[in-house]
Amino acid sequence: MQLTRRDAAAALAALGSGGAVALGARQWQRDSEDPEEADLASDGAVRDAMVAVAEVVYPSEVEGIGEFVEGFLAGRLDREGHGDGLRRAVANLDELGRAWYDDPVAELPPADRDALLRETGADGVDEAPDGSAAERIRYYVVNDLLLALYASPTGGELVGIENPQGHPGGLESYQRGPNG
Amino acid sequence: MSETSTTAGGSGSAADDVDRSPVSGADVCVVGAGPAGSLVADRLAARGHEVVVLDAGPQFDDSERIERMERAIRPAYDRPDVWDGGGERDAYASTGEQFYPLNQARSKGVGGSTLHWQGMVMRLHEDDFNSGSARGVGPDWPMDYADLRPYYAEAETELGVAGADDNPFAPPREEPYPMPAFPPSYSDSLFAEACEEAEIAMHSVPNARNSESYDGRSQCVGYGTCQPVCPSGAKYDATVHADRAAERGATVVDRAPVQRLDHGPDRIEAAIYATPDGEEHRQEASAFVIAAGGVETPRLLLLSDSEHYPDGLANSSGAVGRYFMDHLFAGAGGVLDEPTRQNHVGFMTSESHQFYDDADEGVGPFKLEFLNYAGPSPVEQALTGDDWGDELLGRLQESYGTNVAVGGLVEQLPRSESYVGLDPDRTDDHGNPVPDVHWSIGDRARRTIERANEVQHEILDALGAEITWTVGPDATGPAYHHMGTTRMGTDPAESVVDASLRTHDLENCWIASSSVFPTGGALNPTLTIAALALKTADHVDESL
Repeated sequence: MQLTRRDAAAALAALGSGGAVALGARQWQRDSEDPEEADLASDGAVRDAMVAVAEVVYPSEVEGIGEFVEGFLAGRLDREGHGDGLRRAVANLDELGRAWYDDPVAELPPADRDALLRETGADGVDEAPDGSAAERIRYYVVNDLLLALYASPTGGELVGIENPQGHPGGLESYQRGPNG
Repeated sequence: MSETSTTAGGSGSAADDVDRSPVSGADVCVVGAGPAGSLVADRLAARGHEVVVLDAGPQFDDSERIERMERAIRPAYDRPDVWDGGGERDAYASTGEQFYPLNQARSKGVGGSTLHWQGMVMRLHEDDFNSGSARGVGPDWPMDYADLRPYYAEAETELGVAGADDNPFAPPREEPYPMPAFPPSYSDSLFAEACEEAEIAMHSVPNARNSESYDGRSQCVGYGTCQPVCPSGAKYDATVHADRAAERGATVVDRAPVQRLDHGPDRIEAAIYATPDGEEHRQEASAFVIAAGGVETPRLLLLSDSEHYPDGLANSSGAVGRYFMDHLFAGAGGVLDEPTRQNHVGFMTSESHQFYDDADEGVGPFKLEFLNYAGPSPVEQALTGDDWGDELLGRLQESYGTNVAVGGLVEQLPRSESYVGLDPDRTDDHGNPVPDVHWSIGDRARRTIERANEVQHEILDALGAEITWTVGPDATGPAYHHMGTTRMGTDPAESVVDASLRTHDLENCWIASSSVFPTGGALNPTLTIAALALKTADHVDESL
């Protein structure tokens, strides 16, 4: 199923960009020259990691992942507090990828990405924005991606609900029957 | 500060530069900026009075509501986190036989608990005002439905209620609702066939939620997280009237918890309130309206004890804090072998009051609700579990789509052994004893839950559902409606306020809150709170 700009806009709305971020307008810088931010992944590294992880945690029938992730990610990076949490969680994940698989998550084949995520413990923990590395990877990386997908119309339709919680999908769908 | 319309405060840090100093020459000091306090303030400011509103919590920034919605969906956050509740400010005790989750049941700040409420707004039935006479249990109210009827109509206009005159069991009304009712859901249409077979009448739910644009607020857009947060503002909350009161010249001061009420034998002189900078201030006024809800209102009176009132202010009757009531939930649900289309919206569109007025001494009134959000929400479910990818999608598809549920609210009688007191062993962030909610349920309420369950099972059986859960008397919980703790009555030896909502003991103190309900009925209380608040405003106005 194809994710569209409408889905990205819906995810952007549901995830609280504050409305200031335009879709597709961001430059994804990969290098940070600020030594103070050594434990924070660059925007470009976050983008690459999030797309790579999405390809693992999203259902296989979902298409258009790159544009969708870029579409909502800018708002997440710009949100006060959340952006640095996300950068730090991706830096943790990439560091573990390099230690265990010699490469950051974005450069690993899908099976290794899946294995890396599970080996961090992110599959077996509850999300926690101020928790352990595993809990933060779950919160900022895995669950940010799942929240964006399943609060969007296309993500909802995969499950059978075209107006999922978090999406302002109007007042028609709740009245419609399954064949409507 | 009193020269211009002001809403003082914001949800920023303690070091904000907001002027929270007292207003000189105030006519009215309102304690609490929930629906009751905000309506009173708006109405009295409109009549030219100098009004000050003091609220313990913050003035929240509307632009943060999307983030609050995310907190409502994500498992990392508990319900109190959505509106920054909990912590030492909101510490409490629960010592009764039934645990009371107080911080799940309230939100502090300008808007009060309407920030997180569901938004269902029914008028009490006529017999609810005469429980003792009509049902043989509990006290009668010192007023009838007819006395409150014009205020109900005003309250519906103020809040903005979407409804239809299709409830054959509701009390008489003359005016149409301000907005048309929300159309029934697809799920309702499934129930309609079953209810017809079971000879149970369904009708629309009056919602304080915009079915069309109203009062400068948008139509509902279907975010689906009504309880605990509406990002669009289509669901009414009391910031509407707090803001309007400020526009009319009232001063709304946030993060200003009232510590005690200074008083003589007959009058309150001043509200002593704290501010984030650690200072205490003294707000004097000609009249005081306490509108701090069914827990903090009695707590403030108990904290304001004195040589004149050694058992608590306005407590000559001993009834302050006593007779704490809530509504109890009864429900049952299951699955069908067909799609039921749940969780598109976060509100209900159909209910039934058919059994409400069968109430007597043995079984109380109850109403039935047909849920539009039965079963798991896929997006919430997606954020838990150890699976992802195709495996997660398979789990979501399997669990979503065929659930149904019938809920209900049940009356709880006022009982002196249920009360809100002070916990002598624990203090809040200002050193005041925290509230102790000492709650128990009672046999009549348990029988009523059982009766509601019988009807719910009958409906689900007619629907052909496989019943998978039932919330009966042993699993029930509160609906977060705090009532009864400063009861209204004609006898000063038995009650705290009279029918004009003024305390028997003090000539310049009124209480606007569900705390004045002598009995609770089984309908969501906020419309009655609003109607009583408008009545309170009239009485205060007359006195000034």
